[in-house]
Amino acid sequence: MKYIDEFRDGELAKNIVANIRREAATNKHYSFMEFCGGHTHAISRYGIADLLPANVRMIHGPGCPVCVLPIGRVDQAIRLALEMNVIVCTYADTMRVPASDNLSLMRAKSRGGDVRMIYSPQDALKIARDNPQREVVFFAIGFETTTPPTALIIKQAKAEGIANFSVLCNHVLTPAAITHILQSPEVRQYGTVPLDGFIGPAHVSVVIGSQPYEHFSNEYRKPVVIAGFEPLDVLQAILMLIRQINDGRAEVENEFTRAVTREGNLKAQAMVSEVLELRRSFEWRGLGEVPYSALKIRSAYALYDAETRYGIGYKPVADNRACECGAILRGVKKPQDCKVFGTVCTPENPLGSCMVSSEGACAAHYSYGRFKDIEVVSA
Amino acid sequence: MNGEVKKGYVRALDIKNGRVDMSHGSGGRAMAQLIEEMFASAFDNEYLRQGNDGALLPTAGGRLVMATDAHVVSPLFFPGGDIGCLSVHGTINDVAVMGAKPLYLAASFILEEGFPLIDLQRIVHSMAAAAREAGVPVVTGDTKVVEQGKADGVFITTTGVGVVMDGVNLSGANVRPGDVILISGSMGDHGMAIMSRRENLDFDVPIESDTAALHHLIAAMLESGADIRCLRDPTRGGLATTLNEIAKQSSVGLMINEEAIPVKPVVAAACEFLGLDPLYVANEGKLIAICAAADAERLLAVMRAHPLAGDAAIIGAAHADPHHFVQMKTSFGGRRNVDWLAGEQLPRIC
Repeated sequence: MKYIDEFRDGELAKNIVANIRREAATNKHYSFMEFCGGHTHAISRYGIADLLPANVRMIHGPGCPVCVLPIGRVDQAIRLALEMNVIVCTYADTMRVPASDNLSLMRAKSRGGDVRMIYSPQDALKIARDNPQREVVFFAIGFETTTPPTALIIKQAKAEGIANFSVLCNHVLTPAAITHILQSPEVRQYGTVPLDGFIGPAHVSVVIGSQPYEHFSNEYRKPVVIAGFEPLDVLQAILMLIRQINDGRAEVENEFTRAVTREGNLKAQAMVSEVLELRRSFEWRGLGEVPYSALKIRSAYALYDAETRYGIGYKPVADNRACECGAILRGVKKPQDCKVFGTVCTPENPLGSCMVSSEGACAAHYSYGRFKDIEVVSA
Repeated sequence: MNGEVKKGYVRALDIKNGRVDMSHGSGGRAMAQLIEEMFASAFDNEYLRQGNDGALLPTAGGRLVMATDAHVVSPLFFPGGDIGCLSVHGTINDVAVMGAKPLYLAASFILEEGFPLIDLQRIVHSMAAAAREAGVPVVTGDTKVVEQGKADGVFITTTGVGVVMDGVNLSGANVRPGDVILISGSMGDHGMAIMSRRENLDFDVPIESDTAALHHLIAAMLESGADIRCLRDPTRGGLATTLNEIAKQSSVGLMINEEAIPVKPVVAAACEFLGLDPLYVANEGKLIAICAAADAERLLAVMRAHPLAGDAAIIGAAHADPHHFVQMKTSFGGRRNVDWLAGEQLPRIC
């Protein structure tokens, strides 16, 4: 596949790995967090951790949209489907996120709720056009990548006067989450999470640009390298981070120059800020309440805001006590440190949200890296 | 009295504009007409012509193999095939991978009220052509009609029987450490042909389903005398899921090599676009063969000589592993688990 295979070339990988091994100082430990689930997935799927020397460790970050979605938010969508006879449209992974009462949107569907999987928010708008007698809600989740398409359909719905359509908006913001992690006691005081640098998001940065990360290099002295989602991108970013540490630099560097600029996509940013505005606070699964970390629909578009339209208040619900998703999302624990990992909690029956999406730290480790936890006779 | 009895007149089915209605499943004259004009004429053979509740068949020597498969594919027509030929190939393959020569098929139709007769005819003709080409007749059948909304056009269940010759013993439980894994061709064609239609994705090169009957290929493989432990057709769940089934059944580990697994560029591109992994996507005309290491190259040559397995490849081997993991050396140089499919194969969203 042209433009894809070039970024998965095993021979090029060997060169970068050789450089990493040569340049990583043997008397040092390097701990880098890849913020994004897309990177987590690439690292697991291509076996990148296998290629790194023992003193270079990757910590999986909270950048998996369904992983950070709190139970209470899924409960709202389930109430819409089961109690209010609304057609709820959402992305595939969202359907499997465990909610209260042993439900998920997929289980709500099997109980008669009209829940539909879509690929694009445009599909949700089409379902609303095709079913004028029904109420249709798009259960919107995701980071800055998926936010502009949500803003666009809200604008479209208003322009076309589609009255039976609204959005349950749960869009969250990357920089706020990184700040939250950097200010967490584990990182700042106890040093339980050594964090030497970040691999910055790929697609998110296409939208917001590289500028927002400058705060982290300036204020927190943490190097950030923005990288694409292909395995060679990730290896190259790791090498660039090692070089920054070795040089004593803390800068924002852009490995993903083929798509990311300093300013980002200004048109998308303008559209988002026309339709959406900052929430004072938003609950993240694993991180708890994070100030100014999510977006809500502006009052000018209140008609299209499912939260106000149906008066469904938000009720926080605590995670299952055995579930370590919170600590895993903050980088404090690894999936295999969790007692229920691979026993009660599996991709078939996820207890915690990190086991749902293939971008989640637990699902990625379960599906791709489990062989490392036990002794395996080699082939 | 006029001694002449007026010959019964039945107006022929209006295939062009007609639709299935509830009377076509009632057991009355309308059903008899549908069976006669739609099914019996297309599938025509001496056993079906007996016209009884069941087909009376001559027995053949050897052990009997029986397999059944329900088909509910959507859309009903897709590039490279339709539910009709698929329902024939699917069951023939299930019988054939047991090492059997498929002999007869039974077909059961669940029709949705309102389904256009012209579409039904297209499906039945495709099925009849596939059965004739394979040399495996449909010898008995059944038709039921359900109200509109209770089915999705047409569902077809086919059942097949075949015989296994003495000395042929294929089973997913036979694999031993050291055995070699082969596949007959590119992975993921069928599933992506369906997905590309369902999602209305247009590619410059259309993706065609690989639906095909594999019994002739399998007969050639068995004739080669290679020590084959197990054959499987990797349908739903794809290569990855089928290998996990075999690893569990045989209590071994399997190690495959990503670079050796053929995937067509257009299928790889479509998978990339939808966030799918071709190793988990369904095939309908491919098989996995596991054989003794000493016979692997010979078996590969026999497979490659057959038109349905020109791209056959050796993709890995079995080893001792108490955890029965399927693992893969990635083309990138790393190693990872290839796990069972969890839930549906859901595309990633970001």
